Amino acid sequence: MTMEKPLTKNIRPDQPPLEVKEYEKTGGYQAARKALKEMSPKQVQEMVKQSNLKGRGGAGFPTGMKWGFVPLGDDAPKTKYLIANADEMEPGTFKDRVLLEGDPHLLIEGMLISAYAIQASVAYIFLRWAYKSSAQVIEKAITEAYNAGYLGKNILGTGYHLDLYLHTSVGRYMCGEETGLLNALEGKRANPRAKPPFPQISGLFGKPTIVNNVETLCSVPGIISNGAEWYKKLSHTEDGGTKLYGVSGKVKKPGVWELPMGTTMREILEEHAGGMWDGLKFRGALPGGASTDFMVEEHLDVQMDFTNVAKVGSRLGTGTIIVLDDKTCPVGMVKNLQHFFAQESCGWCTPCRDGLPWVEKILDAIEKGEGQPEDLDVLAMHSKYLGPGNTFCALAPGAMEPLQSALKYFKEDFDRHIKTKKCPWRN
Amino acid sequence: MLTDKEIQEIDREIEHYPHKKAASIEALKVVQKHRGWVSDENIRDIAHYLEMTPDELDGVATFYNLVFRKPVGRHVILVCDSVSCWVMGFETLMDHLKQKLGVQLGETTKDERFTLLTIPCLGTCDHAPALMIDNDLHRDLTTEKLDKILEQYK
Repeated sequence: MTMEKPLTKNIRPDQPPLEVKEYEKTGGYQAARKALKEMSPKQVQEMVKQSNLKGRGGAGFPTGMKWGFVPLGDDAPKTKYLIANADEMEPGTFKDRVLLEGDPHLLIEGMLISAYAIQASVAYIFLRWAYKSSAQVIEKAITEAYNAGYLGKNILGTGYHLDLYLHTSVGRYMCGEETGLLNALEGKRANPRAKPPFPQISGLFGKPTIVNNVETLCSVPGIISNGAEWYKKLSHTEDGGTKLYGVSGKVKKPGVWELPMGTTMREILEEHAGGMWDGLKFRGALPGGASTDFMVEEHLDVQMDFTNVAKVGSRLGTGTIIVLDDKTCPVGMVKNLQHFFAQESCGWCTPCRDGLPWVEKILDAIEKGEGQPEDLDVLAMHSKYLGPGNTFCALAPGAMEPLQSALKYFKEDFDRHIKTKKCPWRN
Repeated sequence: MLTDKEIQEIDREIEHYPHKKAASIEALKVVQKHRGWVSDENIRDIAHYLEMTPDELDGVATFYNLVFRKPVGRHVILVCDSVSCWVMGFETLMDHLKQKLGVQLGETTKDERFTLLTIPCLGTCDHAPALMIDNDLHRDLTTEKLDKILEQYK
């Protein structure tokens, strides 16, 4: 049986993405037609809720439920916003780029349906600065969609209108945080906002706003065309659909693949990524970007979905796996991660602003062979006090995930650095 | 003074938002595109045009790592220092660049040809190590490959 790949079916390697006419020929914009002409916004929301689509940006919040918080009806504010979070900046994550550059009309169609479901009148694609070729592809596709009548006034003769703009950012990881993104889009520093009010009620410019990840939005047209049951059946587990999984690090064939949600890490690493380089052994992996806990050999048969990865103390995150091999120093790897988080902390709250540089400094000392045995207690203390509930947003808690799990699984390597006063991987 | 062309481009961005101020990041990008970096004088001019205070705009400009508030070289090298590139050889690339260009991180070569910076994850981790020079992405790098690439930037 050939596996259905609703996200990547139109993507042809080394060829430009489908233009609007070609996209239509493959059945493109039929889902939008169905949603806008035959379904009410509530019905669209309900179908997505039934499909059990969970947010693909990393948090895994049910998409339909998120939409359900937006006020609808005559009393709702007239201006509402839908935003595609295309600020893919989680280290080790390169999946949304595949969709942005490979099938931009799928994203636009997903946004049109999603915007209709919450009755938004304006949508933005918030794109990270570095994705220059994505920006070109999307600009072109937006123009095509306007010309074909899928954006603008009175779309498909239904009286619904939607404007869509591309915003390209100028850096900073914080722009990927939902409320940081809203501040950035308003032309401010990308500090996080206090919740409540949640963006669904008071978001961009104080209006109800939904922020969804690119892969999430690209999943919507398939659900509308084929139904919630079809979508659920694509998955190996309870979490619906297919998932873009990626692998980077010292494997034979790094890349991105659309696979059933719940594919095991072993299958992804061995069958799709071709296994480790010859002569190297697998020591562990971050399952979904920099801000997820390490998984190790005993977890290779875990089904990679939100529920099952959480059961072994990590998170599916973005589903892009970063592999640690036995010739790479785990302390150095964690130091690299903490350097990133310390640098990207926006400085808004004290624990994150002061705590992360402290963690980085200690790891730097350990890696150089200047660590003290008590340093491990200080690191453990940070992983607790920078954890969930102690900071303004999820940046520092995310940073602590690889640290706390490295202290658990690679303790002997930390000890060895401290005891021998050098990094065993450096001469 | 902002040029007519800059004002025209900024105006186009303002149309996408309900407030002028919301276009501040776009305006900084427009000016940087034409001038290479954003000076204090530019900050004052843009702020005035967007009805913000210069301090407010500078707070925005200095938050984002790709708004350059100091002059940079003709070409800016942004080397990815995030985890996948680190595993795949970031340190070797960085040492090579420092030595070859005779600069430290954050510095510009004497002939003003290159400025050397790091950048978080470029989202091309299956082709690590990677870097960008100006708007171009270069991937699957080795030091030999990099030497050839640098020659394209005069």
